[in-house]
Amino acid sequence: MSSELQQLYQQIILEHAKLRHGAGLAETPEGDKVGESHMLNPTCGDEITLRAAVHADGQERTLSSISWDGQGCSISMASASVLSDMALSMERDELMKLVDQFREVMRSRGSLEADEEILGDAAAFSGVSKYPARVKCAMLAWVALEEALLAANSRIQK
Amino acid sequence: MPVVSTPTTLKHSVGAIDNTEVLRIRNDFPILNREVNGHPLVYLDSGATSQNPLSVIEAEQEYYEQRNAAVHRGAHSLAVEATDVYEAARETVSGFIGARTNELVWTSNATEAINLITYAFSNATAGRGGEEAEPFVLKQGDEIVVTEMEHHANLIPWQELAFRTGATLTYLPVDDDGALQLEHANTVITPQTKILAFTHASNVLGTINPVETLVTMAREVGAFVVLDACQSVPHLPVDVKALDVDFAVFSGHKMLAPTGIGALYGKAELLNAMPPFLTGGSMITTVTMEHAAYLPSPTRFEAGTQRISQAVALAAAVNYLQETGMDRIHAWEVELGQRLVTGLEQIDGIRVLGPGAGSERIGLAAFDVDGVHAHDVGQFLDDKGIAVRVGHHCAQPLHRRLGLIATTRASTYLYSTTDDVDAFLEAVAGVRPFFGVK
Repeated sequence: MSSELQQLYQQIILEHAKLRHGAGLAETPEGDKVGESHMLNPTCGDEITLRAAVHADGQERTLSSISWDGQGCSISMASASVLSDMALSMERDELMKLVDQFREVMRSRGSLEADEEILGDAAAFSGVSKYPARVKCAMLAWVALEEALLAANSRIQK
Repeated sequence: MPVVSTPTTLKHSVGAIDNTEVLRIRNDFPILNREVNGHPLVYLDSGATSQNPLSVIEAEQEYYEQRNAAVHRGAHSLAVEATDVYEAARETVSGFIGARTNELVWTSNATEAINLITYAFSNATAGRGGEEAEPFVLKQGDEIVVTEMEHHANLIPWQELAFRTGATLTYLPVDDDGALQLEHANTVITPQTKILAFTHASNVLGTINPVETLVTMAREVGAFVVLDACQSVPHLPVDVKALDVDFAVFSGHKMLAPTGIGALYGKAELLNAMPPFLTGGSMITTVTMEHAAYLPSPTRFEAGTQRISQAVALAAAVNYLQETGMDRIHAWEVELGQRLVTGLEQIDGIRVLGPGAGSERIGLAAFDVDGVHAHDVGQFLDDKGIAVRVGHHCAQPLHRRLGLIATTRASTYLYSTTDDVDAFLEAVAGVRPFFGVK
């Protein structure tokens, strides 16, 4: 077993791949602004539908609900699970910054060290960046969240 | 004629291929000597693309070093030599499948070859090709029949042809084990059927379809037969005349040749009656500002400057295969296929797609690992230097039918050893423990 493979499949990732926090599309709080996104990786068939809602009552900038439904490899499923844990109750801007930082580490081909202070459990995915073919797997839920929030946001402005 | 090194494998060693001969064969394939992730490469992805022997690489290099010129035009010596080796390549490859030289059209790959056929039908339906092309005209109510196990390359072009012409696309279903449900064939193949397109050997299931039975059914209703021979021509003896199909397609890169070259076989009388697909230079007789008349097959379908070095290299690949012997290659791969399936069936949580051990299959096996996604299986194997294919193998409908999204596939070739298979099996046995699946 190479150390790269151990790095890729850290225990926390294998556990989240089974736990799948946030799995199963949830009803969103009445009146909240809801956005949904469906993402597909056509090369491997990984798929995710992610639903996110932001508070309607004067706290539009905070996430009130995140849930998802999907199928795929352990990296994509664990990534959705970790994201669900982290995103809830986060400020929207803060969350967007987190997504950007995660993306930057993922695309670094192993050159960027993941900052656990900022990325929390998502830092466990830093090993993925050495496997360019797997970056899409790790990003799937995160990109879906970005899109879902955009959709929810466009409803706020209406 | 080009002077290229002959394969170091001896001409038709008597008897069956064994590991000793394979080790000698492997010396001809430079890439098989490399390491991947600190392990000797175990290449089990030949169903996707095969590796190239030195004689093929050298044939392409020799062409560029000595003969490079535009073919079928120009009076200079290089142009004559280039044309000679290009047409000699056609003779070699057409002879390899039992066809005449004017029945083998070069294409980029099998996908383009199938598209060529569909667009010829389409163009005939649009009124091109005159009276001769009438047999290729499709109308509302006509049926195009494929099977549920087809590679996307032998499905989507037919879907598009149906959309363009108003014909209906139907298919022969497979059962829960992936076997073609021939008992339903009589209700699917009807007097309305104009085309029957199916794969010779399945790239997922490893099964060899009953060509003779299907051709007989097609003949009874007067339908054209199109054979996807991508997984058969590289691996077993194929004689298109004996099979009596109307068209057959295959890709060079799956049979020791470079990418960018494939072929369409068609009966001469059909090819000569079909309107062309790609048009332009080199495929014409007389051109005015309003009209053009076209050459007969194969030039009719080879517009523009062609893939000359690739054709030459494909001929070198065919020479290599013939010197080893297709019947012997097939027998060796059947042995490896059985070893794969027998071994996989002994590992907990593995479901092999297609026929089980002891039943006929070519030298490949696709399988599902319970609780572990194919992508993760492939990653785990790659870490040990083992190259396999993961995903739907361009056969989404078949996977859906079998209740799966993605599988892992190991596929062998003449350069695969029993050690390759055993290393793969040992690694697969470690997959579920590594991912903590019980």
